[in-house]
Amino acid sequence: MEYSTLSAVDIRERVVRGELKAEDLCRAVLDRIRALNPQLKIFLAVDEAGSLAAAREVDRKRAAGEVLGPLAGVPITLKDNLCTKNFSTTCASKILDGWKPPYNATVVERLKAAGAVLMGKANMDEFAMGSSCENSAFHPTFNPWNPAYVVGGSSGGSAAAVAAGITPLALGSDTGGSIRQPAALCGVMGFKPTYGRVSRYGLMAFASSLDQIGPFAYSAEDAALLMSVISGHDERDSTSAEIDVPDYRAQLSGGLKGLKVGLPKEYYGEGLDPEVRAALETAKQVWRAAGAEFVEVSLPHTEYCLAAYYLVATAEASSNLARYDGVQYGLRGEGGHLLAMYGATRAQGFGPEVKRRIMLGTYALSAGYYDAYYKKALQVRTLIQRDFNAALKQCDLILTPTSPTPAFKLGERMDDPLTMYLSDIYTISVNLAGLPGLSVPCGFTSQGLPMGLQIIGPAFAEAKLLQAAHAYQAQTGWHKRRPVL
Amino acid sequence: MPEITRETVQKIARLANLNLTGVEQDTYAGQLEKILEYVHKLNQLDTTGVPQTSHALPLQDVWREDVVTPSLDRDEVLAEAPDPSGGCFRVPRIIE
Amino acid sequence: MSIDYEIVVGLEVHVELATRSKIFCGCSTQFGAEPNTQVCPVCLGLPGTLPVLNREVLNLAIRAALALNCELAEHTKFDRKNYFYLDSPKAYQISQFDMPLAKNGYLDITSPNGAVRRIGITRVHMEEDAGKLLHAGQGGQIGNATSSLADYNRTGVPLIEIVSEPDLRTPEEAYLYLTGLKEILEFSKISDCNMEEGSLRCDANISVRPLGQAALGTKAELKNMNSFKNVRAGVEYEAKRQIRLLNEGGRVVQETRAWDAEKGVTRSMRSKEEAHDYRYFPEPDLPMILLTADMVETVRETLPELPQAKRVRFQTQYGLNEYDAGVLTATSELAEYFEAAAMGTNPKAVCNWLTVELLGRLNVEGKTIAESPVKPGQLNALVKLIESGELSGKLGKQVFAEMAEKGEAPQVVVKRLGLAQISDVDSLKKIVMDVLAANPGPVAEYRGGKAATLGFLVGQIMKVSRGQANPQKVNQLLREELEP
Ligand SMILES: [Mg+2]
Ligand SMILES: [Zn+2]
Repeated sequence: MEYSTLSAVDIRERVVRGELKAEDLCRAVLDRIRALNPQLKIFLAVDEAGSLAAAREVDRKRAAGEVLGPLAGVPITLKDNLCTKNFSTTCASKILDGWKPPYNATVVERLKAAGAVLMGKANMDEFAMGSSCENSAFHPTFNPWNPAYVVGGSSGGSAAAVAAGITPLALGSDTGGSIRQPAALCGVMGFKPTYGRVSRYGLMAFASSLDQIGPFAYSAEDAALLMSVISGHDERDSTSAEIDVPDYRAQLSGGLKGLKVGLPKEYYGEGLDPEVRAALETAKQVWRAAGAEFVEVSLPHTEYCLAAYYLVATAEASSNLARYDGVQYGLRGEGGHLLAMYGATRAQGFGPEVKRRIMLGTYALSAGYYDAYYKKALQVRTLIQRDFNAALKQCDLILTPTSPTPAFKLGERMDDPLTMYLSDIYTISVNLAGLPGLSVPCGFTSQGLPMGLQIIGPAFAEAKLLQAAHAYQAQTGWHKRRPVL
Repeated sequence: MPEITRETVQKIARLANLNLTGVEQDTYAGQLEKILEYVHKLNQLDTTGVPQTSHALPLQDVWREDVVTPSLDRDEVLAEAPDPSGGCFRVPRIIE
Repeated sequence: MSIDYEIVVGLEVHVELATRSKIFCGCSTQFGAEPNTQVCPVCLGLPGTLPVLNREVLNLAIRAALALNCELAEHTKFDRKNYFYLDSPKAYQISQFDMPLAKNGYLDITSPNGAVRRIGITRVHMEEDAGKLLHAGQGGQIGNATSSLADYNRTGVPLIEIVSEPDLRTPEEAYLYLTGLKEILEFSKISDCNMEEGSLRCDANISVRPLGQAALGTKAELKNMNSFKNVRAGVEYEAKRQIRLLNEGGRVVQETRAWDAEKGVTRSMRSKEEAHDYRYFPEPDLPMILLTADMVETVRETLPELPQAKRVRFQTQYGLNEYDAGVLTATSELAEYFEAAAMGTNPKAVCNWLTVELLGRLNVEGKTIAESPVKPGQLNALVKLIESGELSGKLGKQVFAEMAEKGEAPQVVVKRLGLAQISDVDSLKKIVMDVLAANPGPVAEYRGGKAATLGFLVGQIMKVSRGQANPQKVNQLLREELEP
């Protein structure tokens, strides 16, 4: 069965109308995974039994005339840092190889309740630390557009699952660009909602004050459908906001007409790849033609974002990852006494990037350095937030490149952590400020690699971001292009 | 601007409970120094009197009522334990 | 010649709060369950889980801060205290660091000679308890165990940490401070303060300095004292050890020491140098807490009268002496019992029945006042029967014994045993006449001027009436009959 260009909205409607059996679709997805996964290495674990059972349940409900959920029969891929009860959840780390949590993440519960069919767990950079998916302890994921290139990261597997037409929807997590950057590099839409919009309960923490779960899809409409299911207050997450969730799909129309769009001058300076710059220029013309008005804005502390980000994120990570010690679950190293066991477990279990960040974060919090590093970073974070508040007073939305470059070759940046960190230069500020940010495909390089643009908005303005993306997609066909597989 | 020596790396590794090989210690010393050098640019900013943002959202007063909810089944608690014993998690002796 | 030294002690007390569920999850806090049966993904610190604050923890902590005369913070927050150990499944404890719930309080202690000393309270903050460890092999000692076991039932049980100023000057003062603290916490229903169950734990910072010197000496932190008596003994030993060391020309080193109750000595605990770099930082998973005046006032209204204030009131309101007021306010349950039993009747009489008869009996039976077979309303009724003359004081004891035995109301006992006092004139007159007729000798003696004979005649009447005749009325009737 050829289904890979069907949208989530299409699938659900066909299932509801009885034109498509969820089980048949599920089997087709499993076939496609079997066909593509050996070359692309997208999945770490495929839930054949669970997905088939969920699909059959949708079919049973339909046959019985019961009400079907908003994602009935829609296959979806989950990043492997989302806890799935009794099903492998590893964060792409050896330290958790084979771990089966005794509980579901809140988003997983919500997806199940909505009738979604959860296909399995996608590859990622270990503990979401990376921008290329090469930091997975198991294997890298290969870009469906050209397997010599990276998929981006850390949610690279989720982005690739959508790009390869395996599932129309996927969930990732974004701490500094981990949804938006791989979305740009894989030619799909990726959306990081406002901090607090989606419950983090069951998302294995990297940096708790920055992490946020969000969707991958081809179209704004599909992303809107998924957003309405996963958003909203959760009493298990004290940092989730008690703000009503609109029906994002019903609010998609509106267009770009009359929209005031800010262009932060600091985001269009040096370091931006010429092809990405040109793609942005073309996109701006499309926006302008559709009635948007551009204003130049300034985010003066942009050059400090990366430094502040790496201190805040690694400090929190050093604490969040301290629990992996071989006592309760996961890998246990050999050691004659407790501390030796801890040290051995963590030495064997964590990869080099994770160790590097734990070291940096531990250092930044340690006696004598806290004020100079961590405290300073939290103060600069305030300045960055103020920048965005000021800029968003002058405009409705902000438009920037998502990533300074298109996908790079596998192995190219592995020896130089700082250059790798620069992949996230346009996305991390959004996490520091807690704002929503969305990446939408905006063209292809001469090599045929996709590029993306980023739309940033005020807190909880998710509907506005989706509207703009939807209007832009109506004027362009970038999101309809699929890789030849 | 602190210089990252092998001793500093050893001290940090002890705090983080990471057994590092000599080669790793040297690699991390170099890389951390480079990253910290970069991060040091924050000191160009005068942040006197600037409040710290430790939470992305300015939420406050979030809590639950004092209600007991079911705990996990002990079989589930110990299902993934590397060395369960007598309903507990067993580890090697604590004292070196 | 040796100099005189002053002992300087500050105490850090950890108290488990009396909540039903844990501080950040819904698991039960009940003591004594099978290992790892009161745990969930949150208190096990499983990846992906998040804490949600139990509102009652905040209420009880505020109550404690108010009871200890502290200033409450307007803004307070939680922080992570990072350390690796088997008792901490997340490898950090959620605690409070630079913005504690409350600061600058005090507790007054009264020494046996009546002098009152005000002991400063530096801070009160909220935190989670750690797991319990069991050490296998070699008698369960950590030092020579072959392996250790972790039970996380206690992990996440809510605690408050109460840190005193270094204001205590003697081991006895440390003891009095702890007793006073325990009394307040129990009275205010903040904690059950059960030391056997670990609900109250104490560490002591001890140093000595030459008398008159302002600067503090080097302190040792003393741990592992599981009773107030052990704290007193531990402080005493440690202070003496430090003085002896200084007198011999040695130096005190800053270290953690353990009290060995069996041997009565303190021992150095080996600890790593970096063990104290806790790398505190704000807990990103828990939003700030803004303590509004409203919230604090609501808690203040639930704050019960504290023992010291209650003792004073019992003396003024009920006219009790200091000793009795002290006995009756020893626990909130006893004080409540007394006030219920004394309602609308003679408080001193109630106090006597309660302290002499009831407490004596409960003591023998090893029962608490809450387990008393005689309920406050029943004791109240008994005293009222006696006060109104319906029951003689003497028979009252017999009635009380029956009440305590069978848990019956006094009216029921009196009726069942037919013990009501005979006060009606006709019945009494008949008995009086019978007795006078049966004792012509004594009657003549009395009439002859021997006034003491009246006592004998009253005794005879009481005997005939089996103690039920109202003595006042008997006296009156006898006089009427015998006087010309
Ligand atoms: Mg403490
Ligand atoms: Zn729990």
